[in-house]
Amino acid sequence: MTRYRVAIHIEPRRGILDPQGKAVAGALHSLGFGDVVDVRVGRYLVLDTDAPDADTARATAARMCEQLLANPVTEDFHIATVEPA
Amino acid sequence: MKVGIIRFPGSNCDEDAYHAVVDHLGAQAVFLWHKDHDLQGADLVILPGGFSYGDYLRAGAIARFSPIMREVVAHAERGAPVLAICNGFQIACEAGLLPGALLRNAQLRFVCEQVHLRVESIATRFSARYHIGQVIRIPVAHGDGRYTADGDTIARLEGEGRVVFRYVDAAGHVTHEANPNASLRNIAGIVNERGNVLGMMPHPERATDVRLGSADGLPLLHSIADALLTEVNA
Repeated sequence: MTRYRVAIHIEPRRGILDPQGKAVAGALHSLGFGDVVDVRVGRYLVLDTDAPDADTARATAARMCEQLLANPVTEDFHIATVEPA
Repeated sequence: MKVGIIRFPGSNCDEDAYHAVVDHLGAQAVFLWHKDHDLQGADLVILPGGFSYGDYLRAGAIARFSPIMREVVAHAERGAPVLAICNGFQIACEAGLLPGALLRNAQLRFVCEQVHLRVESIATRFSARYHIGQVIRIPVAHGDGRYTADGDTIARLEGEGRVVFRYVDAAGHVTHEANPNASLRNIAGIVNERGNVLGMMPHPERATDVRLGSADGLPLLHSIADALLTEVNA
């Protein structure tokens, strides 16, 4: 078993209103960052887990997302990185 | 009727529910700790409002792993009634007892006010004491109450008459202004496919006494008691 550090991005599904993202976009516009066309606010999780190899760590993390970390109705996730911890 | 009121760490409408059930409905009630493994013979389970587990991760996401939830799910699977209010509604969705999810209010503000609801269905064991189209006043108090579900789910809920309450104005019209959180289709409360689990963001247990602003939530509790009595006599 090797210890892996898995980084997970979870974000509001496209097409579902993200009022936090809209509020942040509005604030950026008022600061003069007028080129910003869309912002969505999600979550970023980093977890350390033991696994026989990186692929297993990635697949296990995906199951964690499906069962708990992301809401299957409203959120999408992707495993950003899997690296030896 | 015996009512089991589940207490999670962070529940804060458990006492309100107890008061409504015992003092206004006149039924028996017990508190059930989230670590319990036994519903103590409760006929009706109430998942009360509050902020179970501090709303960590997502509202309701952690509470569904409490030991007592295994019993609550089994109770629901037997066809027995579950009333899921506010945070209870969020927990019920996370636990898969009801379809959809509750998201942050669109205006990003916690709303705490009396709202008007229109009764959309009286063919449920939670709403038989109302009449169809009746406009009732019930308070809301939540930050994450924007009901959402995919298009197919919404179509099924509407088609099967499972939207029980909708946010409306005082005249009973569905308007954007009357929707306190931007829920899809102004949906305030739904039942599951079998009709024995009701989830709603407004607080009927806080509307059981005219001296506190409204008693429009009391017929909901009476409807459940009626249905249970009918079952016993059947």
